[in-house]
Amino acid sequence: MADYRATSIDELRHLVSDRALSGETVLLNMGPQHPSTHGVLRLLLELDGEIVVTCIPDIGFLHTGVEKNMESKGYQQAEVMTDRLDYLNPLGNNLTYCLAVEKLAELDVPPRAQALRVILAELQRISSHLLWLGTSGLDLAAMSVFLYAMRERELILDIFEMVAGQRMMTTYIRPGGVWRDVPAEFEDTVQHVLNILPRRIDEYESLLTTNPLFLERTRKIGVLNTQQCMELGLTGPVLRATGKAYDLRKARPYSGYEQYDFNIPTQQGGDVYARYLVRVAEMRESIKIVEQALQKLPSGPVRSNNRKYVPPPRSEIGVSMEALIHHFKLWTEGFAPPAGHVYAATESPRGELGVYLESDGSPKPYRVHLNTPSFANLQAMPVLTKGHFVADVVGIIGSIDIVLGDADR
Amino acid sequence: MTMNEMLQPVVQSLQERFQAQPAEFRGEVSLLIAPEFNLEAVLALRDEFQFEMLLDETAVDYWPQNEPRFHVVATLYSFTRNVVIELRFPVDGNAAELRSLVPAYPSANWKEREIWDLFGIRFGGHPDPRRIVMPYEWEGHPLRKDYPLGYEEVQFSFNADQVDRHKRYAKR
Repeated sequence: MADYRATSIDELRHLVSDRALSGETVLLNMGPQHPSTHGVLRLLLELDGEIVVTCIPDIGFLHTGVEKNMESKGYQQAEVMTDRLDYLNPLGNNLTYCLAVEKLAELDVPPRAQALRVILAELQRISSHLLWLGTSGLDLAAMSVFLYAMRERELILDIFEMVAGQRMMTTYIRPGGVWRDVPAEFEDTVQHVLNILPRRIDEYESLLTTNPLFLERTRKIGVLNTQQCMELGLTGPVLRATGKAYDLRKARPYSGYEQYDFNIPTQQGGDVYARYLVRVAEMRESIKIVEQALQKLPSGPVRSNNRKYVPPPRSEIGVSMEALIHHFKLWTEGFAPPAGHVYAATESPRGELGVYLESDGSPKPYRVHLNTPSFANLQAMPVLTKGHFVADVVGIIGSIDIVLGDADR
Repeated sequence: MTMNEMLQPVVQSLQERFQAQPAEFRGEVSLLIAPEFNLEAVLALRDEFQFEMLLDETAVDYWPQNEPRFHVVATLYSFTRNVVIELRFPVDGNAAELRSLVPAYPSANWKEREIWDLFGIRFGGHPDPRRIVMPYEWEGHPLRKDYPLGYEEVQFSFNADQVDRHKRYAKR
């Protein structure tokens, strides 16, 4: 601890107002161990009485060097790291990484695997939005929503456990398809959850949407317009709450999203309340997508037949020498996609999640960069909080739906 | 209309003005542009070709190659045209510096802080040139290829001091 050095005001001189230097305004430290910061986020607030003059976000407490670690692993091993980034959207992270690998290797994905990916990614979106709904309600003292939202989230996590054996860190989506086919009871279980959810979402709405206390805390708070969102690189529900109907699932469809009929919910307000309405409407749209995907879920294989990238089934290894060789090669040195670089992106519950993947033709990725939505969202904190009360900062952090594992990587 | 057709006028214009070298891989268009034109090229894309958003800015280290050692990669998106374009600026290893893109896109702020933090590439004119994810007193830039991943790094007489400097034990 001898070389520990506290940040001095001189280093932040260019970020705070002149009044902070004369002691007229107060610098207050919020976090990193405050429950309302949704993780280990530290905010340095410059306050004039109770009004926020400047907000300086300090991130990096959860920096684990994921990108550096991925560069030292094979393509299959590196995927496991992606689960741990945005721990509320592990399947979405797997999907984005796999899309990048598949683009790089020109790997095909069978239709059944595509449909399963869509179903799981949308269920993941619902579960992420449910957790967001619960925790951001809790921040604004709406205690009961949390309990209900967690109850429904449990049903979705049970589905993930059923298909992948894990509730959160699934690594279920693999390059070339999914890990294995879903069990026989999958369709009925998902249908059961889909039957329950719409009614339950109505219940949450009855608790919040017209609740005067909730409206008081969310309307006209943390307002952004479309232009500011574009300048700050914000996507996802935050952008859609400003009236811009931009959704990657429509703009640049992947995994067969173009086959499904759904709307992009938008709002005009651009404030915390508008973001709430957008996310609630998105849960309903996700239910529509899962229903359609489930109805026309094709049968067939769930992984590509390209043996250079996808291991052969166990039954083939006993009878085919070639299968044994492929299996051995894949589990000792992995696969080596051709040299080049690609950028693949998906719509995560928080916004655009991009993976920049560069290969030098060896079995390890040369460079993986994860362009994460939480990082972009946090950058908007100074703009969002300016001129608001300290108590509203909590609501604003909730409304941009950050996951610090995603921001710090 | 294919993506390439949409980008044709953009690529042509940048080729003429900034000697950009286009490349296409898996349907993605990337342009290699000299680093001294980085801000002009990005401003031209923003103002003339409606590339409203900077999706991503990052770097790649090609160590031990030194000239250029890095590529700074900026990915731009146009809502109007619904296309993505990638710009790559080669940066020399000995003088790793280029101009900041913050005047064109404010969202470049943290992305460039991250590149400085993890790659040690300086951005001239950056409004807030601090580290972002590593501790303030950290020495070295972890995503460089000559930076060890972990474990105990072996010290030899030629690099004993250098290794000592970024070791994470309490000093004195």
